[in-house]
Amino acid sequence: MSGAPVSESDVQALVDGRLAPARAAEVEAWLAERPEEAARVAALRQDRDALRAAYGPIAAEPLPPRLAAEFARAGTPPWRRAAAAAAIFALGGAAGWAAGYFGHGHDPERRDVIREAIGAHRVFIPEVRHPVEVAASEEAHLVAWLSKKLGHALKAPDLSAQGFRLVGGRLLSDNGRPAALFMYENSAGLRITIHCVAEPGASETAFRYREIDGVAAFYWIDEHLAYAVIGKLQRDRLLEIARATYAALEKK
Amino acid sequence: MSGVRALILEQVPALRRYARALTGDRERADDLVQDTLARSLSRIHLWRPAASIRPWLFTIMHNLFLNERRRASRTVPLGADPAEPAADRADSRALLDDLDRALGQLAEDQRAAVLLVGVEEMSYDDAAKVLGIPIGTLMSRLSRGREQLRRLLDGDGRPRIRRVK
Repeated sequence: MSGAPVSESDVQALVDGRLAPARAAEVEAWLAERPEEAARVAALRQDRDALRAAYGPIAAEPLPPRLAAEFARAGTPPWRRAAAAAAIFALGGAAGWAAGYFGHGHDPERRDVIREAIGAHRVFIPEVRHPVEVAASEEAHLVAWLSKKLGHALKAPDLSAQGFRLVGGRLLSDNGRPAALFMYENSAGLRITIHCVAEPGASETAFRYREIDGVAAFYWIDEHLAYAVIGKLQRDRLLEIARATYAALEKK
Repeated sequence: MSGVRALILEQVPALRRYARALTGDRERADDLVQDTLARSLSRIHLWRPAASIRPWLFTIMHNLFLNERRRASRTVPLGADPAEPAADRADSRALLDDLDRALGQLAEDQRAAVLLVGVEEMSYDDAAKVLGIPIGTLMSRLSRGREQLRRLLDGDGRPRIRRVK
């Protein structure tokens, strides 16, 4: 207890939730004896909430092309663009956030790939005895095998910080092309999959989001590989995992 | 260097939000953001990595805003903004209009203080740095700005905003 007289700065800091708990309690007690001041504080809070509600959505809008162009002008090297896009997405929240930014060139095809990938996710995650062809105990072999099949150096990202461990992986056919599936599981038995298919000639994209019948996917293209991180998870949680996956793949 | 660009990119949504509330106009706001990006991206080398990038960007924006205000010979009317997305629900639209009008009546330095602290949730220290003023001055602008806003939204026949969604 400091017992110091309550100043106008204390009142503002109370509105902003920036007083230490002990001081906040003192100011609250002071307000309890002054209904007029208490009403003023309530109104100030209400105004602040109204401002946040009114202007908050602007931060979720897609980035206008002319602003995106400033970054292009600044000569960002291509391999960084996807990282920047991931950063954009992480903040955006809204589905279309980055889509308008990096163009829709690959969208129609991507949609099919994502439907396929989500389909494979549904087929394999309930499997109890044979969820994967090659188990995590043979991770090096699994990664080498799938890399050879896809003709690209793949990696099974370490998602232990997200609470997921590798179960294993399998080779899939995606519209006649080889595709890789890595399956992960958390301590609660929840499974997610990471799909990977070669996209020769495709340029990097931002993270994109899609949901089919409650199964959600974040997907992107980086260095001629299309990735999708799929699971029955809240969007924010899945995004976290997708970002971790991206970061792990980025580490050479 | 490129990592810094990604950090700047991360701040764009907040810069747009602040600029929109500060200017009351979408196009002007994005002009301001664009100038801020051009300037910051060309001066990345001036940013000290030990410092947080957010106050640095907002400071650049604030200075550009002041320059622009000095150049502008007339006040751009605040209020209804036809470029606002049509999908906005009517009540949130009305809320935005009311707040645009009210903020437009505040002195600029008070408006900036109210927005940096209340909407951008910037620390008092950072907000004072952005505005280039001592913290005591920030607190008094914050208090006066909020008081004025409260009166504008409260009295004068305008219905007070009751619901916040």
